[in-house]
Amino acid sequence: MTDTPHESYPRRDRDWHPPALSLPYKSSRLRSPNSRPLHFLTTLSEETGPVFGHDVLNPLDHDLIQNFAKPGEAAIGPRIIVHGKVQDEFARPVAGALIEIWQANAAGRYRHKREGYIAPLDPNFGGCGRVITDDRGAYEFQTVQPGPYPWPNGPNDWRPAHIHFSLFGSSFAQRLITQMYFEGDPLIWRCPIVGAIPSGEAVERLIAPLDMERTIPMDARAYRFDITLRGREQTLFENRSEGL
Amino acid sequence: MAQLKESPSQTAGPYVHIGCTPGHAGLGGSDLGASMKTGPVQGQEIAVCGTITDGADDPLTDALVEIWQADANGVYPGTTGADPNFTGWGRKPTDEVTGEFRFDTVKPGLVPYPDGRLQAPHVTVWIVARGINLGLHTRLYFADEQEANGTDPILSSIADESRRATLLALPDGPDRYRFDIRLQGADETVFFDM
Ligand SMILES: [Fe+3]
Repeated sequence: MTDTPHESYPRRDRDWHPPALSLPYKSSRLRSPNSRPLHFLTTLSEETGPVFGHDVLNPLDHDLIQNFAKPGEAAIGPRIIVHGKVQDEFARPVAGALIEIWQANAAGRYRHKREGYIAPLDPNFGGCGRVITDDRGAYEFQTVQPGPYPWPNGPNDWRPAHIHFSLFGSSFAQRLITQMYFEGDPLIWRCPIVGAIPSGEAVERLIAPLDMERTIPMDARAYRFDITLRGREQTLFENRSEGL
Repeated sequence: MAQLKESPSQTAGPYVHIGCTPGHAGLGGSDLGASMKTGPVQGQEIAVCGTITDGADDPLTDALVEIWQADANGVYPGTTGADPNFTGWGRKPTDEVTGEFRFDTVKPGLVPYPDGRLQAPHVTVWIVARGINLGLHTRLYFADEQEANGTDPILSSIADESRRATLLALPDGPDRYRFDIRLQGADETVFFDM
């Protein structure tokens, strides 16, 4: 048998991502598989995925300051723009990627049934939004800067201010959930969830710098957050079955 | 060789439903992936239910599960010849009390493998939740597809044969399957790195 040329996704670098088990992050203890995940080369099942058109978006999905606010009102907090580009590991822009975001309000409180923090809810802030990247992989949304919040882990753990990001590229292999942090936040380097990431170099990738160029005078500061998803490349697919 | 590193993953946390199923979280609107059918579909319509249990055998009541699969003819939605009324993609929160998830879908057909063989009917499953640092990929196969399962390139290459059973959804009444996922323990589900 001969080898078949095939476009597959190079294997994920699992030493770059946080490991399943990270003892200081308590929730990972009972939720981390003990066995190593088994490797196989991607097939059609991982190389395809749902496609999202702009019809899934509501007109205010990119504006968290307004999308839950009563008419004439707005979410309270520091107004910010978050923008960036989504590219793959081969520096190709990922167009049409669906980005879903969720976050605490400016006081650090989520609008969620199980949220227990005493900080106030903002009646005009829901905390979720969606955008789709354009032809060049660019995206942008506006929101209020979320506050840091305490969480039950160690005796006194505080999450750095962050925005959760869910990303859909063009295939299930690219599926990713991550968090964006803000340049200069001293809590980043004290957080057990951030600390699960093995290297400082990888952590830096999740820290969005202040972007004065995109700041709107007398209106909003801007932060830039670029995201890299897995990419496909031509490989030779060996026509034999390998033990996993 | 890749030139850039993938953005590192972080847990979806306990409030993933705010962002991914805002309707379910009480924020209004309809949720993406809530329905996998947009009209009459081809093939056998089935329900797949299950739970995800942790190392203490407690069901995860704050998880998000996504599935992706071919249509009844083994064609992935978005490609030529696919069933126009089937999206192939489902997304569900686990029940906040019981931890149960449920997908109303169709039984997928055989799907091509890169070397020309066929893969047994299967569903790609992806799980995120608080405590999960990198989304978990697994596959659901059907216990009543013994012949196809026996020659499936992925399933049959799992060296530890006893673990293959963790990927089998069991018939549970007419047109109903049960797929329980275990994150730890003796019968820990096989997860994939692909
Ligand atoms: Fe959070």
